[in-house]
Amino acid sequence: MQQATEAGSSPPARPLVALSDARMAFGAVRALDGVSLTIQPGECVGLIGHNGAGKSTAVNVINGGLTPTGGSVEYSLPDGGTGTGAAAARAAGIRSVFQELSLCPNLTVEETIRVPHHDLSGFGWRKTARKRISEALDRIFPGHGIETGATVGDLSLAERQMVEIAAGFAEGKMAVRLVILDEPTSSLDAAVARQLLAYVRTFCSAGGAVIFISHMLGEVFEVASRIDVMKDGKIIASRPASEFTQQSLIDAMGHVASTQAEAATRADAENRLGEEVLTTPEGLSARRGEIVGLAGLAGHGQAEALARFFMSRSAGMRHTKAPEVTFVAGDRGRDGVLPLWSILQNLTLTTLPSLLRNGLVDRSAEDGLGKDWKQKIGIRTDNMSNPILSLSGGNQQKVLFARSLASTAPIVVMDDPMRGVDVGTKQEAYDMIRREAEAGRTFLWYSTETDEIVQCDRAFVFRNGQISAELVGDDISEENILAASFEMHEEAS
Amino acid sequence: MAEQKTSMLLHLHRRPWFWAFAASALAFAATYALTAGSGSGELLAATLTFATFSAIVGIGQMFVITMGPGNVDLSIPATMTLAGTLSLKFMDGATTLILPGLGLALLVGLAAGLFNYALIRLLRIPPIIATLSASFLYQSLAIWWNRGLRIKPPEALSDFTTGSVLGLPNLTIIGILIAVASWVLLERSLFGRWISAVGQNTRAARLSGVPVETVKALTFTGSAVLASLTGYLLASFSGGAALNMGTEYLLISIAVVVIGGSSIAGGNSNVPGIWGGALLMFLVVSMLNSYGLGAGVRLILTGTIIIAIVAAASGRKDCA
Repeated sequence: MQQATEAGSSPPARPLVALSDARMAFGAVRALDGVSLTIQPGECVGLIGHNGAGKSTAVNVINGGLTPTGGSVEYSLPDGGTGTGAAAARAAGIRSVFQELSLCPNLTVEETIRVPHHDLSGFGWRKTARKRISEALDRIFPGHGIETGATVGDLSLAERQMVEIAAGFAEGKMAVRLVILDEPTSSLDAAVARQLLAYVRTFCSAGGAVIFISHMLGEVFEVASRIDVMKDGKIIASRPASEFTQQSLIDAMGHVASTQAEAATRADAENRLGEEVLTTPEGLSARRGEIVGLAGLAGHGQAEALARFFMSRSAGMRHTKAPEVTFVAGDRGRDGVLPLWSILQNLTLTTLPSLLRNGLVDRSAEDGLGKDWKQKIGIRTDNMSNPILSLSGGNQQKVLFARSLASTAPIVVMDDPMRGVDVGTKQEAYDMIRREAEAGRTFLWYSTETDEIVQCDRAFVFRNGQISAELVGDDISEENILAASFEMHEEAS
Repeated sequence: MAEQKTSMLLHLHRRPWFWAFAASALAFAATYALTAGSGSGELLAATLTFATFSAIVGIGQMFVITMGPGNVDLSIPATMTLAGTLSLKFMDGATTLILPGLGLALLVGLAAGLFNYALIRLLRIPPIIATLSASFLYQSLAIWWNRGLRIKPPEALSDFTTGSVLGLPNLTIIGILIAVASWVLLERSLFGRWISAVGQNTRAARLSGVPVETVKALTFTGSAVLASLTGYLLASFSGGAALNMGTEYLLISIAVVVIGGSSIAGGNSNVPGIWGGALLMFLVVSMLNSYGLGAGVRLILTGTIIIAIVAAASGRKDCA
């Protein structure tokens, strides 16, 4: 707390961090599109926005992890000067606690703190490390019961998150002046989360600053003095927290209008849909010819629900010419592409059992199938026997679509398949999905993009691994999806 | 026409198995030169016969290794010993029992393969540990049944395994037939596609409808069956089963896969290379023997060759 008091004594006019018109582009993707913001000592800024709004990029630009491709980031150093770059960010006392836990599982709790604390070296560093981490843990989470000698891998997810938070606030060579917390409470239970929120308030009132990123709007209102709303790489609203209501925040996060074509598809939806073809334990259900969307914030159980459903309808032991369900991967490298093979071999994998003659693969039938689909979905290659990796990401994705759609499976499961696909290809894929649905196929479509979910006939919104809302037809709107994605009620304590 | 021919020749060295055969030819020439040309016919026959044993177990190992990192069958030597011991004891020198004896040997392989897979699947043990620990079981069983007896194989079988047709040893003909069948299986059949898919990305294969578990079960069983066949043939060829008859095939079965140009990372294997590697392994050993080098030096050189080939293969990938 001592260092925080020091920070508080500096003149309030001098911001800890000042971003002016910061831009960050990854190839053609503009993750940050001109962000200006300042953080003063004593401020707690709530940063909200939906997936892909640019929050994580903003965090990495603020903590010096990424150098912006345009604009500037300036830190005020404890000695009164200013600086830029990662070293200056460290010297300015900026720490980050990430959403994806970044601890090494093989280290002990006290060893963990040595990674960010470069000054821990020489004889007796363990003793200093133990003192720093256990003090921070006691301060933030009284009664935590975590042994500093325990191996991180043996801790529960919540305990790991607590260690990571404590490491962020721990005393170090540089005084801690700004801590960025990215979804810190997602794996903490209500009581521990409450301890953290209380500590954040004390830390800020003593002159420290916090950037608090959370999808739990109740928590944001509880700690934030100011709320910045991000959308499409920009800050579109920045006001004192007291001027927002939960509803006005959700409105501020914005919505995507559905186009006329989709409205037309929906109108005839009732005639098109058939009987119910699937239900899952989570409560998902779908009818023949229906496009069912799985919405909600990333990582809230949608992909797991899809994988569970797929595994339950296909077995590792038997195979069939007519599978019940096929899978379109979105994470191409992990779930879809077979990197040593040609485009053709990748395309025909699922349909291969029906392309046999005398027990061997009928290669002319295989070529024919490849030719058909090359034309049907426009795979851009002059030769289907080229390696799959010679294709661009979007074209690889088309091959994965073709792999599934070439089969006769009545149900197609899609795990965010438009990830990293360009706009043109997306439009082609949408048309293809709609055509196939009209022909009687059922789609289960997980997407993190709201403008994809609004194309569905029905959408299930996931929160914390459970379905929090079922939306049908015109009720599928960004407002409703966001409302169901976020924790609207105060956490019961 | 001439151009086409040259380009084919130019591309020959790009085949993954090319180097194994080239090196075999060199080793043969070196040994031939050393013995000043005398007994080259015997050398060739011995090479072909002994390479056959390595090639058959190597093919089984190749299918296992194709399934990707961590997949290897370390129970091959013990399965060979158990099958050889049991079948020779069962036949007890009776010519009428030759085929039932073969059936028994293959049955031993089938049981061993299924047991290996059961350990991997049901107990979730990594294949390398499962097959290694199972091999202790098989070896103990062989010891228990054998009790130091050395039973001669039926004379007809013994004649067959040492005989030859038109200068080509009978065993080599069997080995080549198995290689051809395996090539068809790997390159042209559904199973071959599946095994390659599993080796490249098991998760993607599973999500594309490949029956991953069936592929694994068949592959481990196939490897054990080929090992048991080799055990049966080797015991008949060498005039009786011995408890250490499989020992050297642990290293050799893996070595011929690697030397043959199959990818140890899985997904990409080739059958001709197995034969190239098997010939090379035997020739290197016999060459070192003719130079009068001891077993220790031989093993060191064998290890060095494998390391050099793996290093060269990974270097080639980086350049590509």
